[in-house]
Amino acid sequence: MKVEELDQAATEQYLNMDLLRFTTAGSVDDGKSTLIGRLLYDSKAIFEDQMDAIERSSKNAGDENVNLALLTDGLRDEREQGITIDVAYRYFATPKRKFIIADTPGHIQYTRNMVTGASTANLAIVLVDARNGVVEQTCRHAFIASLLRIQHLIVCVNKMDLVDYAQESFDKIRDDFKEFSSKLDIPDIRYIPISALKGDNVVNKSEYMPWYEGGSLLYTLEDVQISSDNNFVDSRFPIQRVIRPQSDKYHDYRGYAGRVAGGVFKPGDQVVALPSGLTSKIASIETLDGKLDEAFAPMSVSILLEDDIDITRGDMLCKPDNQPNVGQDIELMVCWLHNKKLALNGKYAIKHTTKDVRCVVKDIKYKININTLHRLEDDKEIGLNDIGRIQIRTTAPLLYDSYKKNRTTGSLIIIDEFTNETIGAGMII
Amino acid sequence: MYSYSLTHLKQLESEAIFIMREVASQFEKPVLLFSGGKDSIVMVRLAQKAFWPAKVPFPLMHIDTGHNFPETIEFRDRLVNELGADLIVRSVQDSINSGKAVEEKGPNPSRNSLQTITLLDAIEEFKFDAAFGGARRDEEKARAKERFFSHRDEFGQWNPRNQRPELWNLFNGKKQVGEHFRVFPLSNWTEMDVWQYIAMENLAIPQIYFTHQREIVVRDGMLLAKSPFITLMKEEAYEPRQIRFRTVGDMTCTGAVESDAASIDAIIQEVASAKVTERGGRADDKRSEAAMEDRKKQGYF
Repeated sequence: MKVEELDQAATEQYLNMDLLRFTTAGSVDDGKSTLIGRLLYDSKAIFEDQMDAIERSSKNAGDENVNLALLTDGLRDEREQGITIDVAYRYFATPKRKFIIADTPGHIQYTRNMVTGASTANLAIVLVDARNGVVEQTCRHAFIASLLRIQHLIVCVNKMDLVDYAQESFDKIRDDFKEFSSKLDIPDIRYIPISALKGDNVVNKSEYMPWYEGGSLLYTLEDVQISSDNNFVDSRFPIQRVIRPQSDKYHDYRGYAGRVAGGVFKPGDQVVALPSGLTSKIASIETLDGKLDEAFAPMSVSILLEDDIDITRGDMLCKPDNQPNVGQDIELMVCWLHNKKLALNGKYAIKHTTKDVRCVVKDIKYKININTLHRLEDDKEIGLNDIGRIQIRTTAPLLYDSYKKNRTTGSLIIIDEFTNETIGAGMII
Repeated sequence: MYSYSLTHLKQLESEAIFIMREVASQFEKPVLLFSGGKDSIVMVRLAQKAFWPAKVPFPLMHIDTGHNFPETIEFRDRLVNELGADLIVRSVQDSINSGKAVEEKGPNPSRNSLQTITLLDAIEEFKFDAAFGGARRDEEKARAKERFFSHRDEFGQWNPRNQRPELWNLFNGKKQVGEHFRVFPLSNWTEMDVWQYIAMENLAIPQIYFTHQREIVVRDGMLLAKSPFITLMKEEAYEPRQIRFRTVGDMTCTGAVESDAASIDAIIQEVASAKVTERGGRADDKRSEAAMEDRKKQGYF
């Protein structure tokens, strides 16, 4: 091939790549930073000036080895205290996929950060130290991944080099984790023995573990099928905005702008607008690039209807024979993100899809011990990093699905009405 | 079962459009910060897509340091003209003249940090409550932790230790009077994504991104373009080199790279094999390890 043809081929391949968002959890001791550093380094996502900069900082801090954690710990406080405070997002790509890593700290505010990172992830990597086996933290991470409806989990048994690459160590951890995970709701769980430090089974298959027949971590990340994870059955289109150009050329144009949250919409489809219940047909689905034959999640489009009906932001288009729940009394699992505790009978603001309402907390049912998954019916104090089940009543009806059915129409955030801070994350049951 | 999937660029595009529409609906007076660089060109394209066939419902604003590449300003004016958009220009020179800002001393005085003063004044003048920026998380380590909706207090300051958690696609733009938000729709894009998007959308960009011959001076390992704003030091001299720019900032702090890339495809190949980040050539970031974080805390872009 000529150079130009090669360029062309490379460009086309890039334009056809898909996207995988994954979250990693673990503490420094699990080798998480080393693992991410290796993925970034081996996929050439770390540049020379970044490497120089962290080599310099490592030396200044008196570290013997280059501290790859400095790649993600970008804030001054984090560097000074040697801890990760916040979720950091990192990016790399292989010829097959682009990856977004939500790298969450293992101990500091773990729940708040893990939930945040997991909320947009397709896949979670949980690291287990081969010498220590399945510990409390492993279970905690896996539980949060399950709660946030992550469909794919990779258990990386790390530091295999320190247990002489022994199959028994790996098998024991796999069996222990399998037993624990039977209580979870994650359909796809895989196990990979690795050494992040030595590079075994991270990018390339290890020579030291011929007994392991699966692919390397990177191969697995490239290969996981995620296209069927979105809901393409239950059609949901929350309206963000009504587009009315009011120009001569588009005099009567009225487009309902939004991002498809579920299902598939096509021109000619019968739709119902909620909460009004008025029905119409889709006249066309439009974008600046032209009209579309169909729209599915997560596409941002404008939908035009055949009839002029009253629809505004916060409303939703659905199919008449498949509608979401409509209601004001809602039960949810809540993860608390703030020092100020959740108050029974407290009033809060809520954001759900494109709708803003207020709510009052009617009942706190129980708190979950996230290490044992036990329900604590006697302990109803929900503070920072706690997870519990509550019931709320909203000032106006929400158009919702269970979080299990739809991550977009099933999620909401709780906001302090005085400070405007986001203080809770809710998953509707 | 038939599988529905979007390429990563289409997913990033859809996410950015969603965010722009959220801002237009959640805020009263947004503005799009526009520098004439490639990221802000992509931002303008996304804004067109978000509101088409209506006009983009907010103005563009350029914080002009006065140290621009002339090519960028020409490009800016042509694009604004084609769009029929409103452009506001506020200049650092005016801030200096009115005594609000003081010029740095030295052989290449940077007006980079002075932009913050002009920017915050302009936000106050027009009572903007949301300002779009084209910053990306892959650019710089402090940015890697910034939110899509980034809160600024009444003094325009960013508090990195107390950011609102951002979950799912629910963006909390609630604020007190006098506070505002910076919004970064390109947070999840990389330099490569931006270039690929420019190629996919066939967007015009300023000529300085392509290879050309230019008089430059080598200073601290950086190739700085000849300009009236740089004073040559002893034993320094301008020399012609075949170069291009990977980012467009102030002439005083934007380093060039030696390159023969004459087309977008050639640039993409170059980016794919690049060994330093695009900001590796930016003197403004090299001033200290937390230079970006410190500037951002004060209200920088």
